[in-house]
Amino acid sequence: MRFVDEFREPELITKTADEIRRLADPQRLYRLMEVCGGHTHAIYRFGLKDILPENIELIHGPGCPVCVLPMGRIDDGLSIANDPQVIFTAFGDMMRVPGTQGSPLEHMARGMDVRIVYSPTDALKLARKNPDRHVMFFAIGFETTAPSTALTLMRAKAEGIPNFSVFSNHVTIIPAIRAILDSPDMRLDAFIGPGHVSTVIGCRPYEWIAKDAGKPIVVSGFEPLDMLQAIVMILRQLNAREARVENQYKRVVPWEGNRSALKAMGEVFQLRPYFEWRGMGFISQSALRLRDGYAEWDSEQRFHIPGVRVTDPKAAQCGEVLKGVLQPHQCKLFGRECTPEHPVGALMVSSEGSCAAYFNYEHRKTASMSLLSPTA
Amino acid sequence: MCLAIPGKIVGISSDNQRSALVEVAGVRRTVDLGLLEDDMPKPGDWVLIHVGFAMSKISEQDALDQMDTLRLLGESEAAMQEVSGYGREDGENRKAS
Amino acid sequence: MAHGAGGKASRRLIEGLFVPLLCPASSEPLGDAAHLEINGTRIAVTTDSFVVKPLTFPGGSIGELAVNGTVNDLAVSGAKAEVLLCTYVLEAGLNTAILEAEIRAMARAAGKAGVAIVGGDTKVVEHGKADGMYITTTGVGSPLPGVQLAVESVRPGDKVLLSGPIGNHGITILLARGELDLEAELSSDTRSVLPLVEVLARDVGPGIRWMRDPTRGGTATSLNELARDCGLGIVLYGDKVPVCGVVRGACELLGLDPLHIANEGQFLAVVAPEYADVAVNALRQTPGGEEAQIIGEVREQPAGAVLETTPYGGSRIVDMLVGDPLPRIC
Repeated sequence: MRFVDEFREPELITKTADEIRRLADPQRLYRLMEVCGGHTHAIYRFGLKDILPENIELIHGPGCPVCVLPMGRIDDGLSIANDPQVIFTAFGDMMRVPGTQGSPLEHMARGMDVRIVYSPTDALKLARKNPDRHVMFFAIGFETTAPSTALTLMRAKAEGIPNFSVFSNHVTIIPAIRAILDSPDMRLDAFIGPGHVSTVIGCRPYEWIAKDAGKPIVVSGFEPLDMLQAIVMILRQLNAREARVENQYKRVVPWEGNRSALKAMGEVFQLRPYFEWRGMGFISQSALRLRDGYAEWDSEQRFHIPGVRVTDPKAAQCGEVLKGVLQPHQCKLFGRECTPEHPVGALMVSSEGSCAAYFNYEHRKTASMSLLSPTA
Repeated sequence: MCLAIPGKIVGISSDNQRSALVEVAGVRRTVDLGLLEDDMPKPGDWVLIHVGFAMSKISEQDALDQMDTLRLLGESEAAMQEVSGYGREDGENRKAS
Repeated sequence: MAHGAGGKASRRLIEGLFVPLLCPASSEPLGDAAHLEINGTRIAVTTDSFVVKPLTFPGGSIGELAVNGTVNDLAVSGAKAEVLLCTYVLEAGLNTAILEAEIRAMARAAGKAGVAIVGGDTKVVEHGKADGMYITTTGVGSPLPGVQLAVESVRPGDKVLLSGPIGNHGITILLARGELDLEAELSSDTRSVLPLVEVLARDVGPGIRWMRDPTRGGTATSLNELARDCGLGIVLYGDKVPVCGVVRGACELLGLDPLHIANEGQFLAVVAPEYADVAVNALRQTPGGEEAQIIGEVREQPAGAVLETTPYGGSRIVDMLVGDPLPRIC
């Protein structure tokens, strides 16, 4: 696969890992946070931790839009679809996320019309094909995904499609990073920046992280060579006591971002004054809702939603794992009450949540694994 | 938010300029070009696809540059060490004289 | 319902409910078929139900799955299918042309697989049930000479073989459902694997320790079952697992793992190390086995789990599926 396989070349991966080993000062512990859930997934999928030196710690950040969605919002979305006239559509990621009465898949088993879509435009197509039903799109995602929802809504409005609405749970990444940095027990040296969010917002929005918080941030792609190169760039900055924004993912991320995408977002969405992030509490100006001009396509305006707040069990230590204070397996519920099959907290509900990723890919590796020799 | 895959534009829709057929390793899907209106891709271009939308054009040059940089990793260090080795000898000689 | 998808939930239902109540005397690990002796004659029996949407898809249809699936379950248990019984649950109002097409497909598949259909049953249920039709096939077969499969005989050093590329069936079905609007030149791999198993039986015989056909739940599920049943670890060479380009592309696009995708025409075999090369070469020289590969080996660790390794020294645990594989965007 072009633009994928080149960045998985084993020899180059080994070479880059060697460079990391050369750059990492053995007297020092480096704590790097990868913000985006996609990066968390990549780290585990490609076994990158196995080839990094022991003194580089990768802390998994809050960039998993499914994980940070409060249970109450899932209940809200599903309550709209209780009406048999409504078709509930969402990305596959949402299907197993539990609300208080079960997940969308479980609701489907009980008779609700629930459909997986790959694109918001597929949901709109469904609305055009089924004029006697109402199609609700349960929208999730950071700024990578919000412009696509926005464009879809602009089309719905332009065509005057009456039976389509969006339940927006889009969130924005900068306030989440700010919340991490503002946290008193935060101990991070640098950030691996979200590659695909940056195709939309560009690299400028991260400048305060370097200037004000003094932490290097390197925007990174998702292939093994991308992430390893980003770590090289971070180590070089840290060793030189620098703090800058750098773009490792140049083949895809424009420094200024995507103007069309930002314009579409601005046209359709406005910032909510505050929004609850599961495991992190309320964060101001961190989520998007539809503007008044799009009220007709706003599920929250067209339908009554319960809006009940559901709190996580106190025993779940998601907040501490999110901030890098605890590793997933150090949470008291990990692997016991809380597993991917029956998730208790935010980070277990989605496959790229840090606890789920750790559970699925890592935690049964025994100490003898470090002695595993690479295959010939 | 992060799963985006490189795909090649194999055809632009005739009735709707904002739509293109994109291919990823033999799998084809219609992809919306609405987010790339400022710089519309053409057949043969590679784009990054996320939820059925093209997010960005992929720069082949930047990809090649990245590979070059990675291949040189460690080699520029070795070259630098050689050069600075000569410099030291010179300096020591000068000091001595 | 996650319980039908072939992974963890299915296994819990079977082990937690069915086996204790229906076969309390049984202490053997669950296999693809039961081998028994009746009045001195050894036979193998198995049964399976087939539920698929859409009923027809590139490369096959439910009828072919129903024949090949049962022939394969017998084959990987070390038996040659001799006869099949077929039961149909039909939805009222099912187009007779569709039904006829399926019966013809089954007749063809049975002929190709060398198995005779000797009886069956039909029931009709009300409109809205049975997704058109459900088919159950029960197969009876004769054990292949020289094959003595026993998961207890699996030991560290044994090699894991795969007959060919994975993921073709599951991805074909996903695309055929039309919900994701993806198109590709891809067909289901449904076929009888008996000819390949017979070659292995002939050339490797007692050196085969274990076999399985990785259907729903995919290769990962079958290997996890193996790891669990033998209490050892399976190490997979990630770069050796054969996957065709289209399946890989679809999986990358949708965020799926080919190891979790269903297959209907492949099988896994664990063979003693001294036979591994003989085995894979024998398969490769047999029509349909050209892409056979040694994809891994058995080790002490990680006990009870499956580990996939990369050529550059990275590794990750490969877990059993929970429910069906779902596309993701994150």
